[in-house]
Amino acid sequence: MDRRAFLKARRLNRAATDDIQQPFRTQSGISAYTGAWTEQEVIHLLKRTMFGAKPSDINYFRSMSMNQAVDELLNPTAPQPNPPVKEYATSTTPGVTPDGNIAQGTTWINDINSDGTVQSQRRGSYKKWWTGVLVNQDRSIREKLIMFLVDHFGNEASEVGNANWNYKQHSLIRQYALGNYKELVREISKDVAMLRYLNGYLNNKNAPDENYARELMELFTLGKGPGSQYTENDVKEAAKVLTGWQVNGTTYTSVFNLNRHTTTNKTFSAFFNNTVITGRNTATAGDLELADLLNMIFAQQEVAKFLLRKMYRWFVYYSIDAATETNVIEPLAEIFRSNNYELKPVLSALFKSEHFYDLLNRGCMIKTPSDIVIGSMREMNVAFKPETDWDTNYGLWNTFNSWMVNMGQNLHDPPNVSGMPAYYQEPSFHEIWINSDSLPKRNQFTDTMINSGYARNSFRVQFNCVAFAQSLSNPGNPNDLIDEAIRVFFRNELSAQSKSQIKTQILLTGQQWDYYWTNAWTAYVSNPTTANFNTVNTRLKSLFQYLFNLSEYQLA
Amino acid sequence: MKRKDFLLNALPAAALLPEVINGYSVKAFDQQSPLVQALMRGQTVTDHVLVIVQLSGGNDGLNMVIPVADYSKYYNARTNIAIPENRVLPIAGVSGTGLHPSMTGLQTLFTEGKAKLVQAVGYPQPNFSHFRATDIWMSASNSNQEVYSGWAGRYLNYEFPDFPTGYPSTTMPDPLAIQIGSTTTLTTQGPTANMGMSITNPTNFYNLVNGTTDPVPSTPAGKELKYIRQVNQQTQKYSTVIKNAANSITQQGTYPTGNSLADQLKIVARLIAGGLKTRVYMVSFGGFDTHSVQVGATDTTTGNHATLLQRVSDAIKAFQDDLKFQNVEDRVVGMTYSEFGRRIKSNSSTGTDHGAAAPMFLFGSNIESGMLGVNPTIPASATVNDNIPMQYDFRSIYSTLLEKWFCLDKTVVDSLFPPNINSQLQSLSIIKAGACSGITPPPPTSGDVLITNSPNPFTSSTTIKFKTAGGHTFIQIIDTLGRVIKILADREYTAGTYTLDFNSEGLPTGIYYARFQNGVTQQVRAMMKVR
Repeated sequence: MDRRAFLKARRLNRAATDDIQQPFRTQSGISAYTGAWTEQEVIHLLKRTMFGAKPSDINYFRSMSMNQAVDELLNPTAPQPNPPVKEYATSTTPGVTPDGNIAQGTTWINDINSDGTVQSQRRGSYKKWWTGVLVNQDRSIREKLIMFLVDHFGNEASEVGNANWNYKQHSLIRQYALGNYKELVREISKDVAMLRYLNGYLNNKNAPDENYARELMELFTLGKGPGSQYTENDVKEAAKVLTGWQVNGTTYTSVFNLNRHTTTNKTFSAFFNNTVITGRNTATAGDLELADLLNMIFAQQEVAKFLLRKMYRWFVYYSIDAATETNVIEPLAEIFRSNNYELKPVLSALFKSEHFYDLLNRGCMIKTPSDIVIGSMREMNVAFKPETDWDTNYGLWNTFNSWMVNMGQNLHDPPNVSGMPAYYQEPSFHEIWINSDSLPKRNQFTDTMINSGYARNSFRVQFNCVAFAQSLSNPGNPNDLIDEAIRVFFRNELSAQSKSQIKTQILLTGQQWDYYWTNAWTAYVSNPTTANFNTVNTRLKSLFQYLFNLSEYQLA
Repeated sequence: MKRKDFLLNALPAAALLPEVINGYSVKAFDQQSPLVQALMRGQTVTDHVLVIVQLSGGNDGLNMVIPVADYSKYYNARTNIAIPENRVLPIAGVSGTGLHPSMTGLQTLFTEGKAKLVQAVGYPQPNFSHFRATDIWMSASNSNQEVYSGWAGRYLNYEFPDFPTGYPSTTMPDPLAIQIGSTTTLTTQGPTANMGMSITNPTNFYNLVNGTTDPVPSTPAGKELKYIRQVNQQTQKYSTVIKNAANSITQQGTYPTGNSLADQLKIVARLIAGGLKTRVYMVSFGGFDTHSVQVGATDTTTGNHATLLQRVSDAIKAFQDDLKFQNVEDRVVGMTYSEFGRRIKSNSSTGTDHGAAAPMFLFGSNIESGMLGVNPTIPASATVNDNIPMQYDFRSIYSTLLEKWFCLDKTVVDSLFPPNINSQLQSLSIIKAGACSGITPPPPTSGDVLITNSPNPFTSSTTIKFKTAGGHTFIQIIDTLGRVIKILADREYTAGTYTLDFNSEGLPTGIYYARFQNGVTQQVRAMMKVR
């Protein structure tokens, strides 16, 4: 059995398994959700569209209606973040090209420098910067959507090598993230990093390179589902359409070189209604034929369905059974198409649907490493230094980026062009995030953040458990404190017995009366001496460490 | 001057070795000092076990151990709750002091020569807050001092440095300490990591031992939760050893039912008998905060406190009998403690308020049986503010256990306590002589120098040369405040000699320690950075 046959067999087995699991899934569709709009629904929406649900964000969105909240999340007003800066030192080693044009603390994104070491330092700067952008995210879906799209297009920054190009691709995705998907695909087809990564820059009339044309169909638009019937010849013809694009190494821009372009007509299969894309012989041939190609591809129903399935697995759950396909994917795909592939209307329909708020779709998302690292810091209100103190910030962000990498998520550096396996690898999908190596690291991360955190330039970031408790509505009551913390951190309720045990053993240190905690808390609030602080801090640290180590904490 | 002579001279008379815990410096006088020698020796080989029984809430010691010789003063101070003189249980070999009538189990242990009563254990300037007092008992701090590690944690950190890195290991495949039924882990908190395994870990012992988990809902969330819990079980480093130990014991002595302390001690006996090398176990039993109605309405020998004491007594007796049945009796010593005793004078609601010193019990076949101390001093007419004055500092109990039961050098024991108390620590007569004589002494310091550096002293960079016997090798650079400056090696090596550069750019001049660790071997190299 070859690999494809094996995968196909596995998919068939998977379908059988789905039938057994049928009671788990739901028939609900995309009709507007009209149920209760309480803290629970707000937290569900925030955990899925942002990194963690901060108590202040929960309160903010709770004062709105569900429609208002979703509209606000989809229409960010905060300006885009400033670009990454040079935070590394310029080399002084003789014979090594220094990054001398750029002063520390200013951006390198427009400076042409092809030295490998410099570009490696810039890639580091880019990753640290992105980590900072995530942890400082605005109240919108933007950052989670950008992360989805960067993963979707699957470029490996380290293989592209050039940080300026990687950042350029990131900016392109950032620009179109809440815009038009078809336009984004058009632009990304000419993106310098993509031309480099999928060999588009080598694709010419004498030696066609099918790499990008294949992934354009298989990974970016049509997929390999049953509704996708393009042929090998279609890939070859699409590659011809895409011949002639090159990267200008001195300007870092893409250029169309007519001399390398296949000017003859390109003929496609019956799947594309035997479309013939007219070969051009003009300076604008590249753009015109690309537009024809995308018009042809995006005319297929499967494009919207394919992207919706991927977005569903990013925002809702990985299991898509027949009911979900019929009741959710297909109608959302229809909205996507009828809005000419604008992303906002379809996302709006999803996040306002009864399916999204269905109880069966809550709390089933295994947190990604970024949900753990970024989300926990946001939920615990970890703050960094002002932008001017880039040295402190980038140093700390580097640590947190490394944690995500160690847990299996290297942003903009997936294992291959398919992106992170958690979003396509059947049958495990999200469960891939959790294994015997990554799970202890997740616990170790929250343990470290509670117990010591990280310091740079005498500035320490760590979880301040006392301050967090203080931000809750009634921290003096141990029952309310635990209830409220669990509501913020967990999507699954703990049993009354567990909560009582946690209270007695942790907050009350084995004492039987609630007022011992109340007294200790009151003593701290009215007289915050070191001793009074320590009494509550020791217990709160144990509490949060215990909660974050529970399996429930891994779900969103 | 020869290099060696220079180094000897360069080391200040009292160079500070890496800090052991917050606020404590281990003072080393020179390379020949017993402490430095001890530090370089590595772990003590012992199969001794300590079981700590915490009685939460503040146990009324005066109704547990009754001063029969001063009965009238006792009775006058607490008429409404006093135990009738003729009901007090006598203690073998002790006169004038007796036990609460419900503690027949413990009484038997005294008769068998396996229990010790230590009178009026406390500390100066007692604290009456449950939380603060508990923290003091667990950390062994002074009353006015904040210490962030626990006394057992510091001990275990000394014996098993760098835990959890490199553990479980061949020599220590099991948890260092196990806490059952409580998430309060300050006792086993080490300088940087908690040395204990407790139910702060996602899979607690009950689940591990009994194989049960809470049900998950039949939803997608439930499916994922079940999956994560499975991985959690698999990744729990010690789940297999604990399960195997528990499963290897199929027969145990009889334990009382409806007694949660007995339930916990039953698990402890099973794990000890099952062969775990774990040195410290902690169990806890609450409900001692008896501000009111601690005795029955018509009979002061019944009621709430009587029930609690009976459970403690029955549980310990059953545990001791089981240990004997399992043939591990001689390896185990236990102790009870509560964060404080209660006031001498009872209140009108037949209860007692928070107090100070209280008696402690130690039990085991290696315990020097009998009583230490005398009946507490009780004023002829006690007022509400009167407390039992302390006879023994609780830290002397701890330090004696470390020295006489865990067989540590006295110098090392002292280093594990606050500097301002360690000169006052008493060596008490609670462990039978010779308990440490059968213990394999720590491996003698090998004549081999396993880590050196050159140049030394150095200005910016020095090359560290080390000889590993193979396996995991760990080298850390520590400054005189005990801060880890750098980890130079932390991986598997094949046996041989290697070199690594230590670049001290940006670091102030002074002494740095290169600490080498390979298996049970460890050596510390002092290096001096000069201008």
